Order: sequence, then structure tokens, then C-alpha cells
Amino acid sequence: MAALALEEVVVPLRTFSLRLTLDVDGAIALVGPSGAGKTTVLRAIAGLVRPASGRITSGGEVWFDASKGISVAPDRRRVGLVFQDYALFPHLSVRQNIEYARRHRADEYLDRFSIRHLERARPLDLSGGERQRVALARALARDPDILLLDEPLSALDAHTKAGVRSELHDLLRDLGIPVLLVTHDFEDAAALADRVGVIVEGELRQIAAPGELVAEPSDPFVASFTGANLLNGYGERDGGLSRVRLVDGTVITTADDAQGEVVLAVYPWDVTISRAPPHDSAMNLINAPIRGIAEIGNRIRVTIGPVSAEITADSLERLGLEVGQPAYASFKATGTRVVGVRGGSALAHRSGLRSASS
Amino acid sequence: MTRAFLAGLITAVAIVTLAFLALPIVAIFAHTTPAHLFDQLSNPVVRDAFVVSLKTSLIAQALIVLFGTPTAFLLATRRFPGQAVAVTLVELPLVLPPAVAGIGLLAAFGRLGLLGSTFDALGITLPFTQTAVTIAVAYVASPLYIRQAIAVFEATDPNLTAASRTLGAGPARTFFRVVLPLARGGLVAGLALSFARGLGEFGATIMFAGSLQRVTQTLPLAIYAEFDRNFDATLAMSGFLVLVSVVLLLGLRIGLTWQRSPSKRSLYLFGPSASG
Repeated sequence: MAALALEEVVVPLRTFSLRLTLDVDGAIALVGPSGAGKTTVLRAIAGLVRPASGRITSGGEVWFDASKGISVAPDRRRVGLVFQDYALFPHLSVRQNIEYARRHRADEYLDRFSIRHLERARPLDLSGGERQRVALARALARDPDILLLDEPLSALDAHTKAGVRSELHDLLRDLGIPVLLVTHDFEDAAALADRVGVIVEGELRQIAAPGELVAEPSDPFVASFTGANLLNGYGERDGGLSRVRLVDGTVITTADDAQGEVVLAVYPWDVTISRAPPHDSAMNLINAPIRGIAEIGNRIRVTIGPVSAEITADSLERLGLEVGQPAYASFKATGTRVVGVRGGSALAHRSGLRSASS
Repeated sequence: MTRAFLAGLITAVAIVTLAFLALPIVAIFAHTTPAHLFDQLSNPVVRDAFVVSLKTSLIAQALIVLFGTPTAFLLATRRFPGQAVAVTLVELPLVLPPAVAGIGLLAAFGRLGLLGSTFDALGITLPFTQTAVTIAVAYVASPLYIRQAIAVFEATDPNLTAASRTLGAGPARTFFRVVLPLARGGLVAGLALSFARGLGEFGATIMFAGSLQRVTQTLPLAIYAEFDRNFDATLAMSGFLVLVSVVLLLGLRIGLTWQRSPSKRSLYLFGPSASG
């Protein structure tokens, strides 16, 4: 039995409904754009939002069952919820915040999270990273059956984030209780969770190990969310391969079966950049001026024509790349994935499929 | 040129406004000295009025807090049909002419009023008693506290109450350990304003409770009664009321500035109420 199970939980939101069936074991991350209903999932589990229908169970306990009219109060659900802004009580010290959940074991958590030196400080005087540790300590001091994290890294600056991410990763591994976290950042999700679910407009599109999502995205939205370049074009079979003519006339060769209007996904880390035409196995070569160079963490994203590549700062320097300069982007036919048919957004694609099958 | 002229004009207008507001206050103290003021405390009329005012005000404010706080919390945190009507009801005494409020109270609780026969049967007579003064003060002053309380409760971060709940605290514990401590500064501010308003209550009191020395004659009523008999006493009582008002307002301003409250911080005591 799953530690925490959501069965056909429906929560009406402003313009759409959150509909979710999910078993939470180990560490699961839900990713999606803001407004996709991610936070609502956490609030429904915590009992802060009452779903219109469905069932939520934790272990053997029923926390919510619409058909039986059961809705356990939030204070009886044994949930550790870490809010996006941490929601520390501003009028209480760090120690008092932790004691709020459990009076006698504050010392244990002050030590475990290395925040004993802050015990008398007020939340407003803490840094973002410190606040997060206090919030985690407070949530865990409650001795929860499940830990819920709402955008655990979004309130941190880029500099703090990397360190906190690895700390959090280790913590979640050692915790021994299921963890459900929501984030808009696929990288954070991949770094922290065993399985990642992509949620769009209240609907779970795909849930899998991060590597699997990258390798086999079920639709264009999932592909773009995992960081892929999306190329729209018209595909035709050509022997064992397919050739896709893009809107700008570029022809891409793919090992996938691409026929008709298709969307191809190419991951930036599968794209190689060079100043001269390369002599290698890559079948796809794009020669165009560099459109943009952007820094993402410790990597540089270089955009040439319709594709972006991710390279290191060292490579950027070695190649002496600059915006406006012509360069070559190459990638293998096997580095492309057909992730959907073309036509507006991923949503249109989905609903198109649905109406076709019904 | 035009811009400098405009700036000068605005400054001049502001100076005239402030002078207009300050002049009556200055005039009261120009006519009396602090020593004079203290002399008048031995005047039995002044002393009695002082006692009546203090006693009725304290009881009225206690009632306002006791009944007003839960009401404000409900109005701030729940959404229900007829809410706008309820909020309007709470604010009504603020704009109602005090004399009308007094008549209303008389029509409700008087011998011939709506609830008169009920009270009669219980052997309770309200009009022209000290209880009537308390009721009049509570009626007229309550909006200042309740409005402020609604605004403060509405400004409470809902995530903090949610966090409290997920940490195992029930609604009551959440209210007393999170909501109330965070709202305290704002509630005290509201109470101070309500106290100042109640202390100055005149119209509703004289209609509903009359002006009997030692029983229902509060400071404002005594000021009116003594006006053509003992102008010194009038000035002394006025001076005292001015002092109380100034002390309350200054205390509040200082208190609010120093308070480390995460909720909105404004120099203005009459913040925009959410109901407005």
C-alpha cells in the first residue's frame, strides 16, 4: 500500500479543475508552470483545501473521502508542510517556532538542522537558507507521516540555491517518510526527487524517473518542460529515417518515425557547437549567426537558428563565440524525438487526441 | 515660475489648515494654567463627572472588546451572504448623528421601546441610569474598534494560520497563539480610538441617559452643564479631555512605529478599512 494515495481527487479552480490520482512513495516532485494547480495538491493533502470529490489516504488512515463525507481537520493529519515563503511565525523566535509543533523535542531539531546558534533569532532576521532550515525543522518536529514542500528552492538566490539543493537532497533521502514537492523548475525536481510528474492545468501529463522524462517525453509540453528545443515541421519517411522540413526551410533528420505535421524535441546538451563544419557522425547541421548567449547556472545556453545548445563557459571562451557571429550547431539523428503533432500548444494537441479517441 | 508658485500655494493652504485645527486647542490652554486645571479637580461636579466617565468608559470598552473581537474576526475571515449588510451595520453608528443613536436606543430599550416590556418584566430599567451611559458609549464607540479589528484580521497572512493548523494546533490555539499576538498592535490602536471617541460621547448619552450629576453626567455633559455657571471648570474638563486625546494619539503613533509588526505599517491611524 502506498504511504499516501490520492484517488481521483478533484478540486475546482478558477478556470479549470485539478484532477489527480497519485501514489506517493519515496520522493516525488510535481513540476509545471505556475497556476497549474501544484500548490493546490499540497493544500488538499494538508486539509487546507477541500476537494469536490475523491479520496486521500495515508497508510491505513482515511484523511478525506468525499463519498463518505470524511474530511479530517488539518491539525489531525500529521502532515509536514513547508510553505513557499516558509510561513514562519514572525512574533516567535526560532526555538519557539519549532516548539510550536512539539514542545519537548526542539533541541533535537535545533541540532539536527544546525540552527542552535539561531534559536533566539526572529525569522525576519534570518537569511533565506536559514529560514528554510527552520521551516523544515518545524515541519519535521511535528513528526509527520508525509513531508510536503512547496517550491522549496524558489525563495533562495542562485548562489545559495546550489548548496541548499544538495543539502535538501541528502535530507530527503534520509528522512524515511514519503515526500511530495512541487516546483516550476524541472532541474530542481530532477535533483530532489526519484520520480517527477509534469502537471499542466490541473492534469498529470506524465510521471516517471527524471531520466525517463527526458528520454521519452509523452508530449511536447513535457519535452519543453524538461528543457528541450521544440522544432515544428513537416515530416516524411526516407528509408529507415525521417526528414522533417522546418518552417524556416531547415531539414532535420530523425531516427524516429516522423510523418506529417510533427514536433521534434532536441535536448540542448545533445547539440554541439563549432566554428567550422564538423566531420563527425552528426547528420544534422545548422549554420546560422548566433542569436543569443545566456548563462544558466554553470552552463551557457547558445542559440543558433531554431536550436539552443548548452555548453560550458570554458568551451564558450575556447571557441570565442559572440552574438551575431556565424557558427554551426550539430546533433545526431538519434538525438531527436518526435513528441507530438504540430498545431498550437501542447494542450491543443492533447485535446485533439482526446476528441479523436472519444 | 508656475511650479514654484504652486508649491508655495500648497504650503500656504497646508499652514492655514493646520492652524485652523490647532487654534481651538491652543485657545483652551490659553485660558487656563495647569495649576488651575488641578484646582478644579476638587470641584465636586468635575470629580463626579470624571468618575462617571471613567467607569462607564472602562466597562463600555471591555464590552466592545469582548463582543467586537469575535465579531470582527468572523467578518474578516468568513464569506457569507449578507456580509456587506453586516459590515454596514457595524459601521453605521460611525455616521449616525449621535442624537439619533440616542433616540434609537431609547426606542429600543426605553420603557415604551421594543424591548421595554421585556426589561420591565425582569424589573430592569435602563434609561437615565449609568448602565444607559455605558450602552450609549458602547454603541457609538464600537465601530472604531471593530473596523480596525476587521482590517487587522484581514491583514493576517493566511499562510501563518494554515501553518499553525498543519503543525497540529486547532482553531482556538491558532487564534490565541498566532492571530491574536500578530493583531495585538492593531487591536490596541483600535481600542484607543474607540476609548477616545467614547470618552467624548455626548449626543446619544444625553438622549438616552440624561445628565444627572454623579449618575449619568459624564465629562462632556458636565462641560455643557457648567458652561454658563463655571467657565473655569468647563475649561479644566476640556483641557483634560484634550490631554487624554493627545496622549492617546501620540502613544499610538509611537507604539505603532516601534512595533515590529510584519503587518502593514502606516502613520495614519484610520487606515482604509477593507469594508470601505
